[in-house]
Amino acid sequence: MHIVVCVKQVPNTTQVRINPETNTLIRDGVESIMNPFDENALEMALQLKEKHPGTKVTVVTMGPPQAVDILKEAVGRGADAVVLLSDRAFAGSDTWATSYALSTAIGKLEKPDLVLFGKQAIDGDTAQVGPGVAVWLGMPCITYARAIEIADGEATVERLYEDGYEKLAVSLPCALTVLKEANVPRMASLRGKMAAKKLVIEPMTAEMSGADPAKLGLNASPTRVVKIFSPPPKAGGVKWQGEEPEVMAQRLVDLLRERKLV
Amino acid sequence: MAELNYGLSELALEIRSMVREFAEARVKPVRAELDEKGIFPTEILRELGKMDLMGLYIPVEYGGTFEGDSMPNLIAVEELSRVCIGVSVSFAANGLGADPILIGASDEQKKKYLPPLASGEKWAAYALTEPNAGSDAGAIRTTAVKKGDKYILNGTKQWITNGGEADIYTVFAVTDKNRGARGVSAFIVEKGTPGFRFGKKEDKMGIRASATRELIFEDCEVPAENLIGREGTGFIWAMKTFDVSRPGIAAQGVGLAQGALDEAVAYAKVREQFGRPIIANQGLSWLLADMATKVESARALTYAVVQSIDRGVKDYSKFSAMCKVYASDVAMQVTTDAVQVLGGYGFMREYPVEKMMRDAKILQIYEGTNQIQRDIIGLALNKEYAAAAKK
Repeated sequence: MHIVVCVKQVPNTTQVRINPETNTLIRDGVESIMNPFDENALEMALQLKEKHPGTKVTVVTMGPPQAVDILKEAVGRGADAVVLLSDRAFAGSDTWATSYALSTAIGKLEKPDLVLFGKQAIDGDTAQVGPGVAVWLGMPCITYARAIEIADGEATVERLYEDGYEKLAVSLPCALTVLKEANVPRMASLRGKMAAKKLVIEPMTAEMSGADPAKLGLNASPTRVVKIFSPPPKAGGVKWQGEEPEVMAQRLVDLLRERKLV
Repeated sequence: MAELNYGLSELALEIRSMVREFAEARVKPVRAELDEKGIFPTEILRELGKMDLMGLYIPVEYGGTFEGDSMPNLIAVEELSRVCIGVSVSFAANGLGADPILIGASDEQKKKYLPPLASGEKWAAYALTEPNAGSDAGAIRTTAVKKGDKYILNGTKQWITNGGEADIYTVFAVTDKNRGARGVSAFIVEKGTPGFRFGKKEDKMGIRASATRELIFEDCEVPAENLIGREGTGFIWAMKTFDVSRPGIAAQGVGLAQGALDEAVAYAKVREQFGRPIIANQGLSWLLADMATKVESARALTYAVVQSIDRGVKDYSKFSAMCKVYASDVAMQVTTDAVQVLGGYGFMREYPVEKMMRDAKILQIYEGTNQIQRDIIGLALNKEYAAAAKK
């Protein structure tokens, strides 16, 4: 089995600051890490590899040259091969152009049985690239996956909702976006780290990926960011406690009536 | 943070950052629960195995990563100890159990038993102590009688770290009771051998995550090929093991004391009384200064001993004893002082220093009490100065 895991390098903060003039993320002074949900996708792949001997795990990322750091981290944890898709031509790509570029890179690899993504990246939070790549590759895609079993060319996947989960059967190849509930990502092993240190990663350029240049980069991206802002923090609200439940419930009903909400 | 340059290898530095990160991420969140409920850190050890960290002391030819540098393993023990010595002793006891094999076993025995220990697939334990043979280890009563191609073991071992959890036990038993310590032999006994079972699990003051258990041998048949070395050499393996394992206890002391110091300084900087952080009081900052100085001294001595052993210094029993006695005393003092710095909060289970102080006590007791260590140092001094006077 061949599993491809797509990962993204993101700033290590859940409180991303935004430059109000350029509407872009301020990355200066913030440590870069592998997107946490992508770690769960990688862990799912590595666990499948342990369960199904002979499985190969290839990790793909698109990003600037320093994104090799997360590929080395992936090798440290047990990935068999890595691809760094890196070229000025990709700069400014939105989720449409990014998913196209990734799909062309994956097209250059041994045909995958499974393509895994994190649920979303913690910087952009769009959750669009995974399903986008699946469309470009013509594969079914199951989002919000928390568990997978593979047998006889078919995957059984648990898709989590707020109030329960679905169990879906899907034929391979397919794509999944993976939740943090799926697993606890392992840490890199000593031998893996040593192997990663020696690794020389030559980037795959736009030309090498065979992508249509007209579909790459800022100009090819249909998304236009009109305005980007941090939502105002929620107001504190009112808290009642320490009284009889009936009294507090009555007070709540009164308030809702007063505001004409019920 | 400013630190001294101990000339650590790239591997040792890598191990330090790996184990530090691991201990923060995997051990710190669960240490209070492991301590309170006395839960053995099975998953933590399994994960350390997957990370190739269980074979740092085992030579490459037997599946480990050891190539002459003992610091990576020592530092792994130190970093785990910084967070929890209940976990670090469970980790380090594998090395203790494997040491007699490393030191005295045949190549065939090493090939059989070391690779699964290096991969972390199996765990080891060292079984010497008995109810009536603690400091006087030569007084053990467990017997091994040769019968054909087997030895029949009978007796009880007490307070065995990793007892019940380990798969491979190095067991010391008397093969010739007329020869005292020279009648002791060492055996490799596998879990599941008929006649070998586990007795009482101890309820301890500290290092509660670790398993401390009784081993019971009742007509336990051990293949003769599991004898380590020749008959009567067991006590030599036992003592040589201690010479190399005692710096490991010192590393536990250094790590534990460092962990307590970290907690104490962090607290002293944020705790305000009389309108200022308590670290601004000279009485307290001097106490912290003394704690930090002791921790670094203990570290320097411990590292120097291990680095000297690696460099081929032969006569190191005295120095092994010195670092064990010093670092464990420092751990006891520094953890006690850390509780004092945190005051009432330090006494509460909600804060980690209370556990650290309880944990520290064992370091002065196990692997040879600190009185035994001082005996070793005193004896060596007496001998060395007598030899010098003759010249």
